Amino acid sequence: MATQHSRSAARIMMAPAVILLLGWMLVPLIMTLLFSFKKYLPMRGGDLGWVGFENYVRFVSSSAFWPSVSATLIVVGGVLAITIFFGVLLAILLNQPMWGQGVVRILVIAPFFVMPTVSALVWKNMFMDPTNGLFAHLWRFFGADPVSWLSEASLPSIVLIVSWQWLPFATLILLTAIQSLDSEQLEAAEMDGAPPLKRFAYITLPHLSRAITIVLLIQTIFLLAIFAEIFVTTGGAFGTRTLTYLIFQRVLESQNVGLGSAGGVYAIILANIVAIFLMRIVGKNLDA
Amino acid sequence: MGQIKLNQVTKSFGEVQVIPPLDLTIEDGEFTVFVGPSGCGKSTLLRLIAGLEDITSGHIDIDGMDATNVPPAKRGLAMVFQSYALYPHMSVRKNIAFPMKMAGIDEAEQKRRIEAAAKALNLTDYLDRRPGQLSGGQRQRVAIGRAIVREPSAFLFDEPLSNLDAALRVGMRLEISELHKRLATTMIYVTHDQVEAMTMADKIVVLRAGFIEQVGSPLDLYHNPRNESVAGFIGSPKMNLIKGAEAQKHGVATIGIRPEHTDVSMSEGLWKGTVGVAEHLGSDTFIHVHNTGLDTGPGDMVTVRITGDIQAKHGDEIYLTPQLDKLHKFDAQGLRVD
Repeated sequence: MATQHSRSAARIMMAPAVILLLGWMLVPLIMTLLFSFKKYLPMRGGDLGWVGFENYVRFVSSSAFWPSVSATLIVVGGVLAITIFFGVLLAILLNQPMWGQGVVRILVIAPFFVMPTVSALVWKNMFMDPTNGLFAHLWRFFGADPVSWLSEASLPSIVLIVSWQWLPFATLILLTAIQSLDSEQLEAAEMDGAPPLKRFAYITLPHLSRAITIVLLIQTIFLLAIFAEIFVTTGGAFGTRTLTYLIFQRVLESQNVGLGSAGGVYAIILANIVAIFLMRIVGKNLDA
Repeated sequence: MGQIKLNQVTKSFGEVQVIPPLDLTIEDGEFTVFVGPSGCGKSTLLRLIAGLEDITSGHIDIDGMDATNVPPAKRGLAMVFQSYALYPHMSVRKNIAFPMKMAGIDEAEQKRRIEAAAKALNLTDYLDRRPGQLSGGQRQRVAIGRAIVREPSAFLFDEPLSNLDAALRVGMRLEISELHKRLATTMIYVTHDQVEAMTMADKIVVLRAGFIEQVGSPLDLYHNPRNESVAGFIGSPKMNLIKGAEAQKHGVATIGIRPEHTDVSMSEGLWKGTVGVAEHLGSDTFIHVHNTGLDTGPGDMVTVRITGDIQAKHGDEIYLTPQLDKLHKFDAQGLRVD
């Protein structure tokens, strides 16, 4: 039915949406690129002209740069490892027939609906507070000295908070994948003499590989950008300054838009390197 | 090696008893077919024997040993599933090797058995492919190969041919029968298709609602059905069951006559009717005859089979005469009267 006429009509009608989306993406990207080559200090003189690659050099040679890269990688890697490990476990558990399955599944998904700011504050004040937090009470109950989590174990604490938020997402995707596993395959493996752990390793896990890939890719993209959790807990102190947070500090706290934009460009490059890596490692799972 | 004995076996799902107490002995080397309409408990019975379902009460003996609480893998049985249940991420070779790998059989022996099975099942060229790249019949053969290499004391087949097209089904039916002749291992085969049952079985077990209706050889079931439902289930086209006045003449509640045991004439006979649909198969013609005045239940139809061809058109008058020595008689409870 697609005649020449209807095709061109379709193009015209789709054009506003396409142009809007393209503009939405291109304008900030181009502005970031432009600012990154300028000395631009809004409160201290404004636009001070072109400086070439100076911002790029300064951003990388700053003493905060490499620690922020490693903090980013630790947070992303830690959260991925925790959410996928426990996500698989939880998905298997939730797939078992049990009483109150529907309610339990909703409860498991619940953390995903809590706003990052709120959940980070809840963790900070209710659990991790060194005097009033639940953990502090627990530690004292066993006669130990309460840990002031966010300063003494700041990165693990952030990883814990973010993992708690993203575990439901991983669980949900892995659960739907597990539910699509043909039960006859598991029965066949059982008849073939595979004990439960081997059934998991040879049948369930390969079946989940594609879902795990998807969780890995999607979460990496979102985790590279986590911000609110750090902002409301440590404010970037105690080694929790990720690349995203460093850019935020450069632009808003130091009021140096040019330097921050250069950092933004580095972040884009880093995200793409991670993405290419992931595609290389696990992308072949998506072809099959 | 491979005698299976069920002793007062029952199975309940919650409150519902799907298998009432049931006794059955399957002799070593026998090809036994469980047949019955869907929902009759035949697959459940097979899964009980396999150990995939726990029995509620009773005993299962395999080779004289009580296997009631033995896990599936230790029963020495191999199963072929309806969906084949091949492992999609493994090559055909790895699929076939899987049970041997689990059993810890050494590599050389594994290789020898895989090659033997592949040769027997015509899979040699496909060993390095994935199941997804195979046709239905080839997947079926891989599933059988995976069962063979375990050298089990009995094979269990759960409707293995129901996903294949008609032509392939006939071919695989032959292959499985030949496999049974060659291996002489006990096989239990579940199907709802009475043609598969008749052509393959040494012994047919007809099930209905969890009860065993009759156990016997195919021809035994054909000639001496124990009750009306076996009579109606075995044989194709179905036996005509006639109640009412015509049955009273023979002193019973129901008489049954198979389509192939009815003589047909265009001019004279015992029963008169009109031709409905005539199905010409070339070698045979099935004619559905209406308006016979016989009480054949809803549908008012008597089916007859004629060898060769007959010039009968829709609406023609036709006369039928049952061969009285081939008549089956059943009492009011549906049981056979001799």
